[in-house]
Amino acid sequence: MAALPAKLGVVVTAPLVLLARAVDPPLRWWQRMAGQGGMAAVFLLPNLAIFGVFVLFPLALNFVYSTTAGTDILLQGRSFVGGAQYARLLECRDYLDPLTCREDTFWTAAANTLVFVVLQVTMMVVVSTITALILNREIRARGFFRAVFFFPVLLSPVVVGLIWRWILQRQGLLNLVMVSLGLEPEVWLNDRTYAFAATIGVSVWAHMGFYTLILLAGLQAIPKDLYEAAEMDGTRPARVFWRITLPLLGPNLAVVLVLALIRGVQIFDEVYVLTGGGPGTSTLYLTQYIYEVGFASVLRNPGLAAAASILMGLVLVVLTLCQLWLSRRGEAKGAK
Amino acid sequence: MTETKLTCVAAMALAGLGTAASAQDATELRMMWYSDGIEGEIMADLLERFEAEHPGIDVVLDNVAYQVTQEQLPIQLASGQGPDIARVASNLKSDSEHWLDLRPYLSDEETAYWEENFGARFDWMRPDGSDAIPGFLTQLTLTGGFANATLFEQAGVELPGPDATWDDWIEASRAVAEDQGLPAAFAIDRSGHRISGPNASFGADYIAEDGSPAPVDAATLEFAGRLVSWAEDGTMLPDTWVSAAGTTYRDARESFVNAQVPFWYSGSWQVAFLSESIGDAFDWVAVGSPCGPEGCSGLAGGAGLVAVKYTDHPEEVATLMDWLAGEEIVREFSKRTLFLPAHAGIVEAGGLDFASEDPLVPPALDRFVEASGETLPLADALPAWEWAGIYYGALVARISQVMADEISMEQARELMDRDIADAVENASQ
Repeated sequence: MAALPAKLGVVVTAPLVLLARAVDPPLRWWQRMAGQGGMAAVFLLPNLAIFGVFVLFPLALNFVYSTTAGTDILLQGRSFVGGAQYARLLECRDYLDPLTCREDTFWTAAANTLVFVVLQVTMMVVVSTITALILNREIRARGFFRAVFFFPVLLSPVVVGLIWRWILQRQGLLNLVMVSLGLEPEVWLNDRTYAFAATIGVSVWAHMGFYTLILLAGLQAIPKDLYEAAEMDGTRPARVFWRITLPLLGPNLAVVLVLALIRGVQIFDEVYVLTGGGPGTSTLYLTQYIYEVGFASVLRNPGLAAAASILMGLVLVVLTLCQLWLSRRGEAKGAK
Repeated sequence: MTETKLTCVAAMALAGLGTAASAQDATELRMMWYSDGIEGEIMADLLERFEAEHPGIDVVLDNVAYQVTQEQLPIQLASGQGPDIARVASNLKSDSEHWLDLRPYLSDEETAYWEENFGARFDWMRPDGSDAIPGFLTQLTLTGGFANATLFEQAGVELPGPDATWDDWIEASRAVAEDQGLPAAFAIDRSGHRISGPNASFGADYIAEDGSPAPVDAATLEFAGRLVSWAEDGTMLPDTWVSAAGTTYRDARESFVNAQVPFWYSGSWQVAFLSESIGDAFDWVAVGSPCGPEGCSGLAGGAGLVAVKYTDHPEEVATLMDWLAGEEIVREFSKRTLFLPAHAGIVEAGGLDFASEDPLVPPALDRFVEASGETLPLADALPAWEWAGIYYGALVARISQVMADEISMEQARELMDRDIADAVENASQ
C-alpha cells in the first residue's frame, strides 16, 4: 500500500520528466557554446519576449494608430494622417477654457483628472497615514481592523462602483437612512459637487488599504529605541511624530505619493460604474474619455483615442521617473 | 509496474483525452443575443428545436447586455472577428459592411421568400446600393409613450387624448406627479433614437439634400430646449439623461416600473418587460407619440438578426437563418415575445394571437400598430440612413451637457455640428 502514493507520483510527474529529458541536451549544448553568461540570456528571453509582446509591441502599435484616421480597427483600413490627431487634441485658443479647444471633452477630462488627482492623492496620503498610525498602536483587535481596512482592496473595481451606486442613488441606502431620520433625501449622483466628491471618496475607500499597508511596513521598520529615547527625554507625542516618525517614514510616503498619483491619473472602472462620467461631464476623467472615443461611442475615433492615450502615457512616464528619483534619493539617504 | 510502463500509461491517457475532444464533429455556431424582455428564453427554446432537427449544427447562444452589442460588437467586427450571428439594433446600418450576404447560400425559392417577406427593410441593414440579404428583423419597433393609468386615476387627472401635444402630456403628468408626490413627471430614455421621433414631430430634418447630415436645425433645438427646461425645473427625471457623459445609453424603465414617474417615453419593445415586471401592481397603457406642430411621430426601428461575414461556416449560418426566418417560427416568436412582427406575410394575414394573459398587453400593442401609421417622412427615412447613429450620438452627448448647465443651447448647436462633421470626416477616411 505504501508504494501506491510513490507510483502515483511517478505517473503524475511523468510528463514533466519527459519534457525535462527532452530539453536537457539542447540546454547543455547551449551552455557549452555560450558559457555561463549566455545561459542568463536564455533564461531571460521568455520574460523579455512576454514583455515585448504584451508591453512594447502594443505601445509601438498604439503610437502608429495615433498617426492614422478612420473607423477601421485593422491598420490596413486606416489612412495615415501624421500628427493631425495630436494637433486636434492640442488645438486651443485658451487652455483654461476647455470650450475654446478643438477637442473640448479631452480638455474637460484633463482638467477634471488634474483636480481629482490633487484632491484624491492628498486625501489618500493623509487618510492612509492616519490609519497606519492607528493600526501601528497596540489596540484591541488590531489584526481584525487591519483586515477590515485592507478588504476593499480585494474587491473588483466594478463591485466597488456598484456597491456605492446602490448606496448613493435616488432610492439608495443613504437616502433610506436619511428619510428614516426625518431628513430630506438628496440625489447625490445628479449633483456635480456631490458626484465629484463621491468619486474621490469611493476611490480613497477602495484603495487606501493598500497604501496603509505600505506605510504600516514603514512604521514598523522605525527602530523602537528612538521612541524609547524620546520618551525618556519627555518629548511630547506631537514632536515625536514630526521629528522622528514623519522623517523616517519619508521614503514610504514618497512611494505612496507617486503610486497614488499614477493610479489617480488612471482612474476609470469604479467611476465609470458609479457616475458614468456625469452629471454632464463633471466626473469624466481621461481614461474614460479615451475609452469612449476609442471604443464606446458612436462617434468612434480610435486614432484620436490612441493619441490621447500617448499624451496621458507621457504624463505617467514623468510621474514614474519622479517615483524612481524619490526612491533612489531615499535609498541614498538610508545608505548614509 | 516499471517507470517506463507508467510513463506509457500517462501518455496514452493524454492521447485519449485528445481523441475524445476531436470526436465532437458538429459545427458550432455562436449567436450573440441581447434581450429587452423574455425573448432570450424563447430563442433558446427555438434553437434547441433547431438543433434536434439539424444534428450536425450546434448553436451556442451568448446572452449579452444591449450595451455589448452597441459597444463591443462593433470593435470585434472592425477587427474581422465576432460571432457567426448577432442580434443588433442601433448599429444595423452603420455596421452593415460586416454582414454576410446570405443570397449565395439560399435557393431561388428561399431568396424569393426572403425578398417577399423581409425585403422592405433590407435597406436598414445593408450598405446603400447593395442588394444583399444580410438577415431579417426579429421585431419591428416604434418609439412611443407609456402612462401609469393608476397614478393618473389616483390623482384625478384624465389621460390626455390621442391628439394631445407634448406640452399637454407634460402638464398632465406634472399634475399627477405633484398630487402623488413623485420625484418627477416624465422620463425619456437617454438615446438619440428616442428623441428623434419627437424631433420629427417638431419639424426637424437631419438629412441634407445630398444625403449627408444637415446642420442641426431650429426644430431639433425646439424639442431639445423643452427637454432641457423640463430637466431644469424637475419635471423630467434627471437620473437618466443628466447623470452620464458622452453617448452612453440609459433607459428609464426601472423608474416607470417602480412608479416613480407617471409618463415614460420609450418604445414598443418594452411591452413584454412591462407586463412581466409590473404584473398587477398598477395599470399601464401605451399612448403612442405625443404631437408636435408637424405631427405625432414616433420613430420606427427594429432589432435585426444578421449573419456576420467573418464566419467560418456560412452555409450552416444560412441554414439556421433560413430556419429562424420561416413563417411558422417568426409567428411563434412574435406571439411568445409580444413583439410586432416584421414579416410581411404575417402582418398581411393579421390575427396574431399574442400569448399573454395580461389584459393590458393587446391594447398596448394595438396602440403601437395604430401609431405606426402616423410616422413622418424623416422618421421613416432614419432607420436606413447611414449617418443616423452619428447624429443621435452628437444629440445625446451635447444636450446632456446643456441639461447639466455646462454649455448653452447655442454652444450645443455648434458643438453638435462639429461633432457630426468630425465623425463623418473620420468615417470617410
